Amino acid sequence: MNEYITLSLILFTIGAVGVLVRRNAIVVFMCIELMLNATNLAFVSFSRQHGNLDGQVAAFFVMVVAAAEVVVGLSIIVSIYRTRRSTSVDDASLLKS
Amino acid sequence: MFDLQWLLIAIPLASGALLLIWGKEADRFGHLIGTAASAASFLFGVVLFAALLGKDAEARSQSTSLFTWIDTGTFHVEMGFTFDQLSGLFVLLITGVGTLIHVYSIGYMEHDPRRRRFFAYLNIFVAAMVTLVLASDYLVLFLGWEGVGLASYLLIGFWQHKPSAAAAAKKAFVVNRVGDIGMALAIMLMFAQFGTSAIHAVNAAAPGAGDGVATALGLLLLLGACGKSAQVPLQSWLLDAMEGPTPVSALIHAATMVTAGVYLVVRSGGVFDSSEAARTAVMIVGLVTLLAGAWIGCAKDDIKKALAGSTMSQIGYMMLAAGLGPAGYPFAIFHLITHGFFKANMFLGAGSVMHGMNDDVDMRHYGALRKAMPITFATFALGYLAIIGFPGFSGFWSKDKIIETAFGENLWVGLGALLGAGVTAFYMTRLMMMTFFGDKRWKDDVHPHESPKVMTYPLIALGALSLLGGLLLVGDWIVEWLEPVVGEGEHHELAIPAIALTGIITLVAASGVALGYFTYGTKPIAAETPADSSVSVFTRAGRHELYGNQINDAVVVRPTTHLTRFLVWLDGKGIDGFVTGLADRLGETSQFLRKPQTGFVRSYALTMFGGVAILVLCLLAVTLA
Amino acid sequence: MILTILAATPIAGALILALLPRETGSHLRAKTVALGVSLITLALSLVALAKFDPESGGYQLTSTHEWISAFGAHYAVGVNGIGITLVLLTTVLTPIVLLAAFGDRLPDPRSTNAYFAWMLAVEGLAIGAFSATDAFLFYVLFEATLIPLYFLIGTFGGPNRSYAAVKFLIYNLVGGLLMLAAIVGLYVVSSRQGEASYLLSDLQDLDYSQTTERLLFLGFMAAFAIKAPLFPLHTWLPDAAGQATPGTSVLMVSVVDKIGTFGMIIWCVGLFPEAADWASPVIIVLAVISIVYGALLAIGQDDIRRLIAFTSVSHFGFIILGIFAFTTTSMAGATLYMFNHGLSTAALFLVTGIMIARRGSARISDFGGVQKIAPILSGVLLIAGLSSLSLPGLAPFVSEFLVLAGTFTRSIPAAAVATLGIVLAALYILIMYQRTMTGPLKEGTEGVTDLEPREIAALTPAIVLIIGLGFFPQPMLNAISPAIDTVMSHVGSNGGKSDPAPKSPTIVDAPAEEEGGH
Repeated sequence: MNEYITLSLILFTIGAVGVLVRRNAIVVFMCIELMLNATNLAFVSFSRQHGNLDGQVAAFFVMVVAAAEVVVGLSIIVSIYRTRRSTSVDDASLLKS
Repeated sequence: MFDLQWLLIAIPLASGALLLIWGKEADRFGHLIGTAASAASFLFGVVLFAALLGKDAEARSQSTSLFTWIDTGTFHVEMGFTFDQLSGLFVLLITGVGTLIHVYSIGYMEHDPRRRRFFAYLNIFVAAMVTLVLASDYLVLFLGWEGVGLASYLLIGFWQHKPSAAAAAKKAFVVNRVGDIGMALAIMLMFAQFGTSAIHAVNAAAPGAGDGVATALGLLLLLGACGKSAQVPLQSWLLDAMEGPTPVSALIHAATMVTAGVYLVVRSGGVFDSSEAARTAVMIVGLVTLLAGAWIGCAKDDIKKALAGSTMSQIGYMMLAAGLGPAGYPFAIFHLITHGFFKANMFLGAGSVMHGMNDDVDMRHYGALRKAMPITFATFALGYLAIIGFPGFSGFWSKDKIIETAFGENLWVGLGALLGAGVTAFYMTRLMMMTFFGDKRWKDDVHPHESPKVMTYPLIALGALSLLGGLLLVGDWIVEWLEPVVGEGEHHELAIPAIALTGIITLVAASGVALGYFTYGTKPIAAETPADSSVSVFTRAGRHELYGNQINDAVVVRPTTHLTRFLVWLDGKGIDGFVTGLADRLGETSQFLRKPQTGFVRSYALTMFGGVAILVLCLLAVTLA
Repeated sequence: MILTILAATPIAGALILALLPRETGSHLRAKTVALGVSLITLALSLVALAKFDPESGGYQLTSTHEWISAFGAHYAVGVNGIGITLVLLTTVLTPIVLLAAFGDRLPDPRSTNAYFAWMLAVEGLAIGAFSATDAFLFYVLFEATLIPLYFLIGTFGGPNRSYAAVKFLIYNLVGGLLMLAAIVGLYVVSSRQGEASYLLSDLQDLDYSQTTERLLFLGFMAAFAIKAPLFPLHTWLPDAAGQATPGTSVLMVSVVDKIGTFGMIIWCVGLFPEAADWASPVIIVLAVISIVYGALLAIGQDDIRRLIAFTSVSHFGFIILGIFAFTTTSMAGATLYMFNHGLSTAALFLVTGIMIARRGSARISDFGGVQKIAPILSGVLLIAGLSSLSLPGLAPFVSEFLVLAGTFTRSIPAAAVATLGIVLAALYILIMYQRTMTGPLKEGTEGVTDLEPREIAALTPAIVLIIGLGFFPQPMLNAISPAIDTVMSHVGSNGGKSDPAPKSPTIVDAPAEEEGGH
């Protein structure tokens, strides 16, 4: 069981570091997904360990939210890319253009 | 019938409103409507007065209330009028002289495109003035009081395109408002003290209210009277008011409105009788103004301003008489009426002269007009003889009585009044000599001519009244007539017989005339006003109206202007500055706090991680501890 | 019920206007609809007046419904003599303002619909605030008037409009916030003494501890003193009035600011008589300062609109002085003054607004000799000005004198200093009249043409009322006096103040029995 938790921790750490150090919005985005999935993994593992389904349910919720987030987030990134020809998050440091 | 006395006000008021609203179509006949309204008011006044004559002395005060003006809480004021011996005389004077001046104005204002408006204003004036004298409540009197002030404002500034006229109108209104503070506070005091401002009730209750209240009331009313009657220290507006058309000067600033202050004092006899101090103040104000006005009258070359100085001085006589208490009241009113006749006469005469001289007012450009304007000259001479107190003329009787009563009160007051009589004779002789006698000093393009009949007939009527006004004193009629209103005066025995005093007064006046004649009648007069530096200090002071304007400027106007400027600055920089400063500080604070908000997502994320880490550590610390 | 309809009609009118499709050209349809709605409201208010019994001092035409039972808020409306007077002021002035606003040149003419809709909204909300008898409802409506006024100033005003609008909003929000705190405080007090209720009648029966009462009073008073600007909280008004269109200024100064003075009588004095009495010396001093200070600043202004704003500061000083002098006479005078000041200021703002629009400048020094080319305009300005300086025979005189006479019985120094205001008033009005209207025609002023028939039609009712009420104020006073008596008796039983009696009273003779002489 500990292996799953360790994997989840590693994945989460990779995601967190990626969010902090990368500038490319797409990569940042993927890193966020990575973190979400790391938590999913943790949820499912704990669920299995405790023998009840609450963790599974939470994982499903996270997936649904992540899907919605992908839709909104990607479309924002695409539209920013269209106007700025760049996907660097540092270029969009002000709320106004 | 006396229930209808409000018609005396309503007729001219309606006519005035009609003329203003009707518009240009009424230009052709507006002046006729205006004159007819004034005449109708006069005729109705005569009818009422005749009815009053037919009644017993006790029944000669006829009051009526039109409606309740204000009634709330403890405050109750009726729109009430009283036609009695005093107000009846005034109504006749106002509407009578008023009608004559209306007639005169038809000719005088003939070429003015705004003649209809002029008549509307005159009508409104008559209505307001009659309201003032008929009022049976001080607040209603105040309504008329301000109404005449408004009419005066409109008429002084009638030729508004002249900045000087507009400024003079504003000055008159504002100075009068200073006096109105006194009036307003007096009425408030009446309410606080007596719970009413009905004239009758206040005067009946004044003796019981204590000396302090009566003195305060008297002094406050005197302040109001000083404003309206151009008495020192609120005299400065009257000379400027001569910017108005001459009929206005005759009606408002000589015969009627400016005497309202005297009316107020006499009407408030109950108050002034209860306070020796207030009465003395009235007397002193009267005496000072009497001499100051005469002084100014001696120095002015502008015929209207010379006459205005004379008006001040004559009203000073009336005030002086009113300050002498019940013994003086009838003579104050008597002189007021005779003065109304002869001064209106002379002002209109001056207007007639100006009419013939292309509206030039400088007497140094006149001279030898008696042949060019015989009727004007003759009527003016009647007024002249009346004002200097030529035996038999109206002014002789009225002024004589005032000086006599003044001597009965106090030797020095009597001497002051006597001196005034001499100076009056001097400056009026000067005016006569410079205008009607001597050499021609006319400008080249001036062709003096007699005025049209519509102007000379009123002059003749007023000339006759100047001569015959003294008849009111036959058998002490006016004294007995007014006695129920003003009370009976105690008679002081004089040290010398009255007839001897009359002789002395006449002698003093005669020496004034002689001095005037020898100074101005025998030598040629310069056609230009000598420079200030070449005349005596007395003349210079007189020319500058005894520096009244300069004093006002230094004491009131300039400090107020500076205060206003300072306050504008304070409001912007201080009070508003505090608020906007507060806003600015807030803005700066937020600018400072904005700095960490770089907009870089990762620095936000790092902060978040840091924050979470700290929280977790804290939680751990708490849990472990 | 009639009051609800009365307040709802203009609001409904505003919604209709907002939904109407935009027109091009003169936007006559929107203007006519707005004017029509305001006239219907006026007619309805006359119906309400007919139903109103002036003899009674209590609340009439009431209707009460539970609104938010959790904290005792009700939808409760009703008017006493004071309320009906101010409702009438609102319904009379709005058509005048709307008719006069037909000619307003807006920064963006496409927004005409919105302009008129906001104005109708102000009317509806003000009527609501004047007739609310529930503290919570009153608070909501009081604050809601800010919204339309904010947009009226900020969207349709002069070049510096956004600064003025934000200043207006922030000032009034600060006041509103303090009032909100007091409203919450009322709930606390009320819920501790039984079931929570915001009804005026219930709040009046509560027992307040001394400190609580004073704090609550200050909360309400702060909001009202900002609204009806009392020195030194007045600086938003000249800026707002200097930038707003004349119609907006009228609605703001003549109507909405009256909610402040109205609130002082109904809510401050009505709920907290003891605290009002405690604070009255300070407020009287501030009111007297307002009178003199406003007048002096008016004299020093070159912008006509700011001048009128400062005259209003002075006049509001009189109103507040009358309220806190605590005499029946002065309070009735203050209430009447609210109505009269509304009329005279409206006339003044509208006629100068016309003048300013034609000249393209609001500076006094840019005018001169206008009387010659526009005699009717100058005549109307003179009458409006004379009413502002309280000439006897015009409406404001009666109210001003009642205030002064009432104050005199309470404090002679306060009355005496306030009386100075009458000289200063003569100065600020006559100086303005002299500089703009008299003298030779100034270059650049030629474009100031005389009033058009529409403008005359708009201004005539105001002028007629100003003159008419100068001679016949009694019908209004008949409605106001019983309500004031009720307020005063409440003050008397709780605050220990009653009318000072005359020191040496006389038996007032009926005039008919008077015989001359003394």
